[in-house]
Amino acid sequence: MLAVKSLAFGFPGRTVGRDVAFGLAGGEVMCVLGPNGGGKTTLFRTLLGLLPRQAGSIELNGQALESLSRARIARLAGYVPQGHAGYFAYSVLEFVLMGRTSHLDPYSVPGRQDREVAERVLESLNISHLAARPVTEISGGERQLAVVGRALAQEPSLLVLDEPTAGLDYGNQIRVLERMLRLAESGIAVLFSSHDPDHAFLCAQRALLLAEGRSLALGAPVDVINARTLERLYGVSVRVLALEGGGHTCLPALRP
Amino acid sequence: MSSRGLAYAVAAAALLGLTALAFAVGRYPISPADLWAVLAGDAPVRVESVVLQIRGPRVMAAIVVGAALAAAGSAYQGMFRNPLVSPDILGVSTGAALGAVVAIFFSVDTFVVQLSAFAGGLAAVGLVYWVGSRLRRHEPLLALVLTGVVIGTLLGSMIALLKYLADPYNRLPAITYWLLGSLASVAPHDLAAAAALALLGLAPMFLLRWRINVLALPDDEARSLGVDTAKLRTLVIAAATLMTAAAVAISGIIGWVGLLIPHAARLVVGPDFGRLLPFSMLLGAAFLLAVDTLCRTVSSVEVPPGVLTALIGTPFFLWLFALARRSW
Repeated sequence: MLAVKSLAFGFPGRTVGRDVAFGLAGGEVMCVLGPNGGGKTTLFRTLLGLLPRQAGSIELNGQALESLSRARIARLAGYVPQGHAGYFAYSVLEFVLMGRTSHLDPYSVPGRQDREVAERVLESLNISHLAARPVTEISGGERQLAVVGRALAQEPSLLVLDEPTAGLDYGNQIRVLERMLRLAESGIAVLFSSHDPDHAFLCAQRALLLAEGRSLALGAPVDVINARTLERLYGVSVRVLALEGGGHTCLPALRP
Repeated sequence: MSSRGLAYAVAAAALLGLTALAFAVGRYPISPADLWAVLAGDAPVRVESVVLQIRGPRVMAAIVVGAALAAAGSAYQGMFRNPLVSPDILGVSTGAALGAVVAIFFSVDTFVVQLSAFAGGLAAVGLVYWVGSRLRRHEPLLALVLTGVVIGTLLGSMIALLKYLADPYNRLPAITYWLLGSLASVAPHDLAAAAALALLGLAPMFLLRWRINVLALPDDEARSLGVDTAKLRTLVIAAATLMTAAAVAISGIIGWVGLLIPHAARLVVGPDFGRLLPFSMLLGAAFLLAVDTLCRTVSSVEVPPGVLTALIGTPFFLWLFALARRSW
């Protein structure tokens, strides 16, 4: 679905990251971990063609990213950015319908089929009851789901979520992780970033550790997330514990 | 009927009622029976000439200018993601004012003043757009707004200089009069030209009404949804500028309509541009028609509409804002 080779990314005149390479297939979940300012958001924006890449190649569905139009990219890849603020009081349904834009002719408005897609998406996220509420008036967690809904209304094969759990309470964080797993089961490739290494253990098949723009490690979470790599990433000491009955968790050791 | 349908019906009825009222009142009052006779084509010549030649163009001008300013304001507010933006933000009014003032300064006829105002409005926005889109290191919207403010100030000071230099006995009053705005002397053929240009600007706005919603999202989000934001924004700016410049060329500067009306309309029908655009236009037309009718009837001396829009607009706006459940 997504193939990235020796990618360098950043802003004009400033390289943020280089030598990043990975592939992601449909149904897979990959978690990108890294400190603040480590280049996660810049990487995602580059993968979606929102920033020009500086070197290397990105292939989406077997086609070079730069050969695809904006609308074509939008039909392949959905983007859930960090913290949408919401300026105008669009209803949640209208907001999710905006995800249908790439499926419409420039001069047309969403029709009955688009409405059905949007309603189905709201139902799958259990937020049908919010359909008529203004996006400016719902809680942060609900709005996050509305943004996920908008991306799903694009009917993408790849979903890129930039810190989808940021700012959510514990329950909502878990629910977002559950939803990502379910989306992957339906065949979508899921790429997300998080500040919590446990999220990689919980739902990702692979983790990419990004430190100062370089990929420190890439592989199954159990193989790459350990005391040494976490120390490198975050500069704190953490023990990774294997749990009885399967699973791993991180336990930070507080310095006195 | 849905509550939104009701809102459209009420606004349309208000506009119709105001139009009839505007034809009826004035220095030469016309009874409803006479108005009907004009419609039927068998009114006395004097009545017919008052209705068709004197009041007709003025009433129509209020409707066209009000609708055009409100439409342009709706598009700008969505695009700049700010409900406190008016169509002047990129300098169209200031540019038009400078164009008109230069023409009046060199004492040319009305048609040239209008043409010069129209060209000035387009040129100012063209300049702002050209400079703003060259400031590539900044967020594009911010660059545009800042350039608009800076160049607007520059043009404003040039207007001030021309006023200072203008002949205080006949040029300066004409300049001041233009800057305060007036619909008193709009000729039918000027109105037709302005209306045609405004329609030309309205067409892309109407056709792109769904995408203009997406433009109200942060740039990255709109692009990730498949919208070429730079292209669409250029098109919307061009369309809104054309509408505003056409309106300002025949009316002079009439503030508040483009700022207040879209905001008020959004509080009633919500932000969806497909619903907002027609409702804004109805409301803008009705508002300016009401204001202009008051301007020519409240006293023996005409009150400039630009003054009255603010006098009426401010309390109305605050009342609406206090009444509204949501912020915008």
